[in-house]
Amino acid sequence: MIQLVEVTKTFGTGSSGIENVSLSIDRGEFVFLVGPSGSGKTTLLRLLIRDMVPTKGLISVNNVNIGNLPSDKIPHLRKQIGVVFQDLKMLTDRTIFENILLPLEMAGISDNEAKKKAEDIMSQVGILDHAHKFPVQLSGGELQRAAIARALVFSPDILLADEPTGNLDNTTSWEIIKILQDINKAGTTVLMATHNMDVVVSLNKRTVTLEKGKIAQDTKKPVKSEKEEKEGKEHSEKKHHEEKKEPEGEAEVKKEDESK
Amino acid sequence: MKSIKTMWKHVRRSPYQALAAILIMSLTFLSISFFSFVIFGSSRVISYFESKPQVTAFFKEDATQENIDGLADAVKQSGKVASVKFVSKQEALELYKRQNQDDPLLLDLVTEDILPASLEIATTRIEDLNDVSTQLQQSPFVSEVVYQKDVVDTLSSWIGALRKIGLVLTILLATVSVFIMVIIIGFKISQKKDEIEVMRLLSATKWYVRWPFLLEGIFYGVIGALIGWVISTGTLLYATPLLESFLKGIPLLPVSPLFLIVLLVAELVLAVILGAFSSFLAVLRYLK
Repeated sequence: MIQLVEVTKTFGTGSSGIENVSLSIDRGEFVFLVGPSGSGKTTLLRLLIRDMVPTKGLISVNNVNIGNLPSDKIPHLRKQIGVVFQDLKMLTDRTIFENILLPLEMAGISDNEAKKKAEDIMSQVGILDHAHKFPVQLSGGELQRAAIARALVFSPDILLADEPTGNLDNTTSWEIIKILQDINKAGTTVLMATHNMDVVVSLNKRTVTLEKGKIAQDTKKPVKSEKEEKEGKEHSEKKHHEEKKEPEGEAEVKKEDESK
Repeated sequence: MKSIKTMWKHVRRSPYQALAAILIMSLTFLSISFFSFVIFGSSRVISYFESKPQVTAFFKEDATQENIDGLADAVKQSGKVASVKFVSKQEALELYKRQNQDDPLLLDLVTEDILPASLEIATTRIEDLNDVSTQLQQSPFVSEVVYQKDVVDTLSSWIGALRKIGLVLTILLATVSVFIMVIIIGFKISQKKDEIEVMRLLSATKWYVRWPFLLEGIFYGVIGALIGWVISTGTLLYATPLLESFLKGIPLLPVSPLFLIVLLVAELVLAVILGAFSSFLAVLRYLK
């Protein structure tokens, strides 16, 4: 589905975004991309949507080499990949509904069909009640949901999420993670860049660690042993008890993990 | 349709920039309209003078009808003459009486004997006036040759200068309009840089982003052309009675509605071209 072969991105200043990165992600996988700030997580995500061109190496998405994709084919690539940007990139002078409608309008989908699709997706992520509010009127979590809704309007094969829990409290973070897990279960490949190690440890999914632009670790299998996983969950639960409120999203995520 | 909606939103959200763009376009098309009137009018005036008997040859007392006819035939054979009209002494007196019917004193002073017979000759081209005049002057039966050479020459040079000034001014204003439109639309693109970036990341095609800006340029051009045409045509219609008394005898006014419609259509076409060209320059410059 996604394949990077010895990909290097060097910036004009001479600094390296990523260096000799080789990575393969299969259809339906949920992969965490972790690493300190400046390790190249965002660069890797931007390369995948051809917001940047690799200096060296090969990147293919759905067996298409996107490194030499002609510019008129880029919009088609971006329809296959939904992106939740780190800074959300919501248009502040448009309502949430208009923001979510925008990609559908750009694709030339009829008004009625586009409206129905936008409403469905907003309902799916739980922000239909906020449809006619402007971004400034929403909380961080609601905005994050709106950004996810916008990323999903084309029912993409791949969802890239750049720090989707970055500025959120623990409860809201788990709600967002729950949404991403549901999307993944529906068959969408999810690649999520994050600093939130609690989430990474608790979910026990494949984790790719970047350090100074290079892959330091790729756990093709779950990160932890069963014992560690149990300890991780206990740690998370304890943390939530301290907040004196069990977050609904996290509880559901844990319940699902336990049932596995 | 979506592009038109977006274009209209762009216009509404920055009304002062839209106003500036429309004003400069109106000014350009106002100038184009006025100079079109001048060029059209001057062509008609020259045609009028060219079709009029422009050379009058007055004959000596002793010139016989045979001499006059011989000279008329010789002039016709030159191939430069559109018409030749013989005016006898009697006809000259009638004409004189008509022209001075309000002044009985002048009528009393003139008799048939004073007024000479003459030939009124119209040339096909104004440039041939001099040759025909020379030919007439060489005849021994002709006492005097009178023609409006100076008037026509002056008129021609004025009209030529006006045409040049009009053309230069129009080109200058059109160039200024293009630059101002490029700046205005470029500024709007810069204002929407973040929005455009988001659109591109969300799979917008190049032309999805470009179309509203191109349509915006065309919109300013078309509105400017309409305003320029309405003001100039209104002014012309308002001034028609005054101009008619000034241009007495020259069948120039009222201007044909067909000409005004043709002018409007031509200006609208030019407006679309100018607007689209300006926007396209801005898009190429600011939307790389």
